[in-house]
Amino acid sequence: MSEVRAIDYQGSERLTMNMGPQHPSAHGVFRAILTLEGETVVGVDAVIGYLHRCHEKLAETLAYVQYPTIASKTDYVAAMCSELAYVSAAEEIGQFEVPRRAQYLRVMMAELQRIASHCLWLGTWCMDMGGALGGGATIFLYCIRERELVLDLFEALVGARLLYGFHQVGGVRYDIPDGWTAKCRETIGLIEARLDEYEAMLADNPFFTMRVKGVGTISRELAEDVGISGPLLRGSGVAWDLRRNLPYSSYEEFAFDVPVETAGDCFARYRVRMVEFRQSIRIIRQVLDGLPEGPISSRPGVKSLAQVKVPKGEAYARVEGPRGEVGCYLVADGSNKPYRMKWRGASFSNLAVLPHILPGVGVADVVAIMGSVDPVFGEVDR
Amino acid sequence: MLPRAVQALVMGGAILGALTGILAYVTLLERKFAARMQSRIGPYRVGPHGLLQPIADGVKLLLKEDVIPETADRPVFNLAPVVFLIPCLLIFAVIPFAPGIGVSDLDTGVLLFLAISSLEIVGLFMAGWGSNNKYALLSAMRAVNQIISYDLPFIMASLVPVMLAGSLRLSDIAAAQSRLWFIAYPVIGQLAFVFFIITAVAAENRVPFDILEAESELVAGFRVEYSGMKFAIIQLAEYAHVLGTSFLGALLFLGAWAGPGPVWLGPLWFFVKAIGVFLLITWIRWSFVRIRVDQILRVSWKLMLPASLLLLLATAAAIVWRTPHA
Repeated sequence: MSEVRAIDYQGSERLTMNMGPQHPSAHGVFRAILTLEGETVVGVDAVIGYLHRCHEKLAETLAYVQYPTIASKTDYVAAMCSELAYVSAAEEIGQFEVPRRAQYLRVMMAELQRIASHCLWLGTWCMDMGGALGGGATIFLYCIRERELVLDLFEALVGARLLYGFHQVGGVRYDIPDGWTAKCRETIGLIEARLDEYEAMLADNPFFTMRVKGVGTISRELAEDVGISGPLLRGSGVAWDLRRNLPYSSYEEFAFDVPVETAGDCFARYRVRMVEFRQSIRIIRQVLDGLPEGPISSRPGVKSLAQVKVPKGEAYARVEGPRGEVGCYLVADGSNKPYRMKWRGASFSNLAVLPHILPGVGVADVVAIMGSVDPVFGEVDR
Repeated sequence: MLPRAVQALVMGGAILGALTGILAYVTLLERKFAARMQSRIGPYRVGPHGLLQPIADGVKLLLKEDVIPETADRPVFNLAPVVFLIPCLLIFAVIPFAPGIGVSDLDTGVLLFLAISSLEIVGLFMAGWGSNNKYALLSAMRAVNQIISYDLPFIMASLVPVMLAGSLRLSDIAAAQSRLWFIAYPVIGQLAFVFFIITAVAAENRVPFDILEAESELVAGFRVEYSGMKFAIIQLAEYAHVLGTSFLGALLFLGAWAGPGPVWLGPLWFFVKAIGVFLLITWIRWSFVRIRVDQILRVSWKLMLPASLLLLLATAAAIVWRTPHA
């Protein structure tokens, strides 16, 4: 019989444990090599790259009319936002005009996408903490039920539920069909009512607050130093929201609050996102009320690959995705394809905070913190 | 009249046989119940309303490959499911399902029940250790922590009806509730029942206290390496333990076989009440998120244990106060 022992004690009482890339709580294919002392994490080695698909090189080979569909696949949970970042960069270089109706539609889709994405975040996060065979799965299924309603809206609009290809340079490709507005109002009304149920089930529940309060605290200094964005940054007391600070796509015309929490723990991030749910609903209502008539694109519909040519130049466009700043840096050489493209994925930068906050916490807190960071690995690895 | 030993043997066989069937369908009940809570339908395809699902599951698990990890401690690994199963089935031996129906109505029934049910930790730890897997090892360490912490308040909560009835014999406790169920006993009864349910959930490793199998951290905990029939045995044992505890709860607090209708309906009432307790535990399971191991220990030692001791003292005081003095 062999003397192989799978448990390799390194020196004293340390145990190396793999979390991921295949693990029930892995959000995508993230691998954290944890060094444990008992149940306490003393070291973390984060490994990424399992989902790398050469997006940036791929973008150089695809025309401007083709890539928005592929841009969906970076952050596949919030496809609308990465599409928007890409086309915004091209529009900025070429100074293409975007009709107001298209801008409003873009805002509406970005906010619906935020709701869908936050639904998935809440569900998976609770499943991390509550177990696939427990209350977590219940919340997960409730959230997925609501997310499906939003995806139904997207399906009615675009024909696809996850990866849309809704945006094009100069506007959007599809106008809303008949009856869509009423269905949208109904859906957001329903989701707004259900949010109260979630909060009653979570924030009023001592078991939940025990798990999230004071866990994974990111100080304001750390948040600014490592360059996190989105709900994480706002949960740490920094009032930074691109929709408010650097408005794009006529966000300046809508009234909404930017939630800021100062605690910096998982509960603060939860509160920020729960407020964002409601603010997104508020914005969608304003869009539906004030949707201007007119064309949805300043350019004709897509007919050929050579149709969109962007003049020589470069630009960085950024949008506030559900996970933070989604940026696209584009260098154009005057042809129908970009010369170079670079993504700034919100999840990628947000993950950088993990090695700073994980050491010292228990194994159970690792999953709670990971879930509250809400990474999407399509966007991390690209 | 048959000799006592033969009678016990026949009864034991009958209960064991019935139990296997009931347990299979208890899993279906839980799945259907959970599905309704989660606005799903649950198993529906196998047989009408999924009624044949447990059988299909059983056949599937029988046919699965039985994998033994190369570096596992083979004797310990193979023995663990059985060691885990035996105490979980043995607890049914002391439960009287109706007056005179039961394997053995011992004078120390409650004591034996509690003693045997805490023995499951041995099988659990063997499974965790024998697998030679880091997740399983962490889970086994947690298991020992948790079960030792929660068995004490569990015993204290179970002792309240014992004191009220003045007997450790389960049939006496049931008979003592013919007028008033112990859950209806002012204040003490309700508190004891709440304590009983909380600690039972913890002792059975269910959400919110399921840190042993905490699949988001430890994949599947102590049973991560088990497959096929060994996995099925562990599952069966867990459900047997939950059901046994539900029967105990129904007996200690809900008046056992007391209910309207003729006497022969007694076992049915008992069963219905036990399923009620089971569904209560299931309801808790599918509503809460899991808490951390340090929090579980803190709740146990700093809250549950002192509180249950106080409750026991209060019970004693109440009994003395209500007993007419000479």
